[in-house]
Amino acid sequence: MTQTKAHVIIIGAGFTGCALAYDLARRGLAVTVVDRGEIASGTSGRTHGLLHSGARYCVNDQESAIECIHENIILRKIAHQCIEYNGGFFVALNEQDLAYQARFEIGAQQCGIEIDAIHPQKARQLEPNLNPAVLAVYHVPDGVFDPLRLALAFAASARFFGAEFLPYHEMENFLTNGQGTVTGIKLWNRLTNAHSELKADLVVNATGAWAGMILKKIGASVVVTPTPGIMVAYNRRLINRVINRLNEPGDGDILIPQRRMVVIGTTSYEAEEVDYIPVEKEQAIQMDRDAISLVPGVATCNRRGVYMSARPLIGKGEAGRSLARTFKCFDHRETDGIEGLVTITGGKATTCRLMAEKTADLVCQKLGLTATCETACEPLRSYREYYRPSGVNR
Amino acid sequence: MTEGHWHVTFCIYRKKGDQPPFYQDFPLEVDPDEYVLDGIERIWAFHDRSLTFRHACHHSTCGACGMLVNGVEKLTCITPIRAVTKNGGTIRVEPLRNFPVLSDLVVDMAEFYLRMEQAHALQVVPVAQSTLPYEPPPFPDDGLPHQRLNDCIECGMCVSACPIALTASSYQGPAALAATQQTYSLTGEKSLLSLVDCADGVWRCHSGFECTAVCPSNVDPAWRIMELRRQVIRHRIQRIFHQDR
Repeated sequence: MTQTKAHVIIIGAGFTGCALAYDLARRGLAVTVVDRGEIASGTSGRTHGLLHSGARYCVNDQESAIECIHENIILRKIAHQCIEYNGGFFVALNEQDLAYQARFEIGAQQCGIEIDAIHPQKARQLEPNLNPAVLAVYHVPDGVFDPLRLALAFAASARFFGAEFLPYHEMENFLTNGQGTVTGIKLWNRLTNAHSELKADLVVNATGAWAGMILKKIGASVVVTPTPGIMVAYNRRLINRVINRLNEPGDGDILIPQRRMVVIGTTSYEAEEVDYIPVEKEQAIQMDRDAISLVPGVATCNRRGVYMSARPLIGKGEAGRSLARTFKCFDHRETDGIEGLVTITGGKATTCRLMAEKTADLVCQKLGLTATCETACEPLRSYREYYRPSGVNR
Repeated sequence: MTEGHWHVTFCIYRKKGDQPPFYQDFPLEVDPDEYVLDGIERIWAFHDRSLTFRHACHHSTCGACGMLVNGVEKLTCITPIRAVTKNGGTIRVEPLRNFPVLSDLVVDMAEFYLRMEQAHALQVVPVAQSTLPYEPPPFPDDGLPHQRLNDCIECGMCVSACPIALTASSYQGPAALAATQQTYSLTGEKSLLSLVDCADGVWRCHSGFECTAVCPSNVDPAWRIMELRRQVIRHRIQRIFHQDR
């Protein structure tokens, strides 16, 4: 008799869900990913697109900073197909920025992030559109990625190892055995309007900012604060490197190049309802000002897109900025006495592979499996393979 | 009504499973500066959770949200409502043409992505060679080997607008041909030319330039197809004189 593979359902096809599907499928598990929309149609697709070097967090949130630089190096290797890797600058524009310099240098060193001080004049030769008033400049190993393609590359690799994806399938409720164990989910196929049930040995809630909403259905909870921010894209590529403001993380202090555009971000405020986040016009105007202060040429550009995206931050803070950018896995047997259910939330796009690794470790431990993570070395499959009809994968 | 807001009616193509398609009206109060995709997402969020549509980045880097807006291919995330209707007007939204419809506004991209892969479409290109040869460089080159994500965002709008793709489903299509031209120009790989030198390749195009008219990302597929023809002819002549070894 052949041993049937353990079956894991992942709710949510954002970065975490796709990376987790890849990790678990590589470890030999049977995986089904469900999402109510297209791949990366929530927070992941609308992320800023910055492949963090970790330098942004090296002073106030070193755990996140170390995760970022570690994963930045891995993603450059395995996901080159969706990354513009041209490095980034941290630039000081005033006295307060200069006062941050010493802490920044120490923090970067403590976190193992390679930074190089560059003479402002040299920096302006390299990036002619940079604000001529820059007082100090550091080079950091930042990059930029295409959000949908990064998720698709993980999803394509997951499919290559046998994972099944069900986009446009909304999770309606949990199935339980009546004794506090989750045994599967009820699904609504939004493509056909059909309803069905799907059994599993374990269900992973990888819905990011929606994690709390999903858990409400079964009376469990994690404290996730959906924290939206705005991004504004402009129609000219004025820089090759990411331009960050040299200071503590704040609003509108990162301008990234992407294809023919530059994109400024972002703001931070707490929200309850994140299914639809209206664009705040005042915030967009603030972004225009912030982008112009980094790269004055933005004033000559037209806006190309304005959009909002809700970060999933763990915990509750006075302001979203004070919450750590790290992630957390919850075993609901420990937190709520519910067996067969795991939640992964928090984190950043840059650290999605690591989030998947830690979650997959927990999943395997719970299922009594010993397989180890193998996602850090080999390049991901071409993102285009995600769309291949099933049956022609291997 | 909030000051400056418009009343518009989204008339949306609906289709589920084997049921016949129909159009459904959703009257909406909008800010005319909002994008068409914002309106569609709001219809899903507040009026009808069964509405399906493709979207991800909301700023024209992913290419997921191409649709027909009032009969014309538009990347809905960067198309302001102001640009396609007026106060009291209608916005008709339909799925892309020349693709199988999976549900409502969602089309099946499988064949399209397969063709892009077969055309060896580049995902990331050197910044210095990333624009069209007739365009001025975007800004001075510092000589470093910068790379950037390619212009083609694989939205499929050129295939939707193509009158040939409408009649010949075996036609490789403007996106894949444009990709072949670009990859050939950067790699000189001769085997790419034999891929397109066939009835379903460069010679099927009728030079309608509809692809270029709707491309949201400066790819200019029609120019690239014409250029690819020149390269195919050049290669054939070189072969006659045995200059290609």
